[in-house]
Amino acid sequence: MMEVDAVEKHLLLEGIFLKYGYDFREYATAAFDRRLLSVLQRFGLPRLIDLLPKVYNDRQFFLELLPLLTIGTTEHFRDPLFFKALRDEVVPVLKTYPNPRVWVAGCSTGEEIYSVAIMLKEEGLLDRTTIYATDINPRVLAIANEGIYPIDTIQAFSKNYVPAGGTRAPSEYYTAAYGLACMDPTLRAGVVFSEHNLTTDGVFTEAHLILCRNVMIYFSKELQNRVLELFLNSLVHRGILGLGSKESVRFCPAGEMLQPLNAEQKIFQKDTGHGRM
Amino acid sequence: MDACKLIAVGGSAGGITALQKIFSMLPAAPLPPIVVVLHLARESQIDPGLIFAHSTHRRVFEAEDKMPLEADCIYMAPPGYHLLVESGGTVCLTVDEPVHFSRPSIDIFFESAASAYGPTVAGVLLTGANQDGAEGLQAIQEKGGFALVQSPESADARAMPLAALKLFTPDLVCDLDRIGENLGRFTLIGVDA
Repeated sequence: MMEVDAVEKHLLLEGIFLKYGYDFREYATAAFDRRLLSVLQRFGLPRLIDLLPKVYNDRQFFLELLPLLTIGTTEHFRDPLFFKALRDEVVPVLKTYPNPRVWVAGCSTGEEIYSVAIMLKEEGLLDRTTIYATDINPRVLAIANEGIYPIDTIQAFSKNYVPAGGTRAPSEYYTAAYGLACMDPTLRAGVVFSEHNLTTDGVFTEAHLILCRNVMIYFSKELQNRVLELFLNSLVHRGILGLGSKESVRFCPAGEMLQPLNAEQKIFQKDTGHGRM
Repeated sequence: MDACKLIAVGGSAGGITALQKIFSMLPAAPLPPIVVVLHLARESQIDPGLIFAHSTHRRVFEAEDKMPLEADCIYMAPPGYHLLVESGGTVCLTVDEPVHFSRPSIDIFFESAASAYGPTVAGVLLTGANQDGAEGLQAIQEKGGFALVQSPESADARAMPLAALKLFTPDLVCDLDRIGENLGRFTLIGVDA
């Protein structure tokens, strides 16, 4: 079994941070180590330290490396019951605002963006909602912006759509050709795609709803806490935060300012304790 | 091995029945945390507390990200996530690509246990229909941990234990109805309770 050398990892991650500003120094150890090892395997390198000169001297190489370090797999309406809960419990709240703002932080290749947009469209909210789609990685943002996916990913879409509370036919939202599925471009008319790094960047917008699902699981507990604080500062009064179904805010101090709206589906509401009767 | 701080269990087809048997035969005395990775369908809505309610008095949790591991409790990996353990005694989950078509993958789990717990982990590989877990269990042994494999003859699906036996010689191979007792015997020593 190959193992990560702690000193080599430290040098590599410091190097990446100093040179490119991407901060992986507080990523959760075990999971991130695993990714580093698979990167070594992929490039046929024996040791982490061998990555450093390549990364340092070759920006293109670094851009190739970045998705390998950051992309989690996702799919349309992943965890359909989460989207059902969003539709039943959160959309009515969003409807009370004239121009709701939704921030999908760590949107990866965009499946979740389109899922949210479809839901908002069916609820008559899409036209007056701004969706901010951010990710650390410019390449995945480009994919999200194009909205073209391998046709076999549509299988998950079709399977998840109805349990997620969908009211129409999934096929209304994409055109299939040449083994690809092209998402209806009107879905992203109100989407703003932008690079944003949760580990180093600040408050992004004042959002009514933030979704950040299965992104923070790669972070250390300390970093998770800082990002939760960033979300708290980016949410309106009583704003709502949706996390991945096996994520928890219980293990972070900042979690005390988030009350469960739907505990099982990991939907929380900002409650700073001010203004309570 | 040194005093055991973690019991790591992996299994696939037939795993739930096997676990019920094992849990029911564990000694009552305090044990280190038991973490289980079973291959389950993504959609399966299994309540770990319920399926093992009659097999153990121990508390059974579905693991969440960053959950701290406590002695004498049982943690199940949620379907659809890889589960890894950290040296600080916490769980971490990921949605990285499946390994051996599986997520959770037993190899990933066992390898994380080997590197975080070294000689203080006991790994157990149960019944299953593919080869996931064999390399991970070998890694546990290489790091000085204790490697136990369910005998293929006592397994509902033999492929998983056979793959391990083909790869290396574990510290112990035993029938299903002896695993609980043996685990108790090998892991009780030196446990802080």
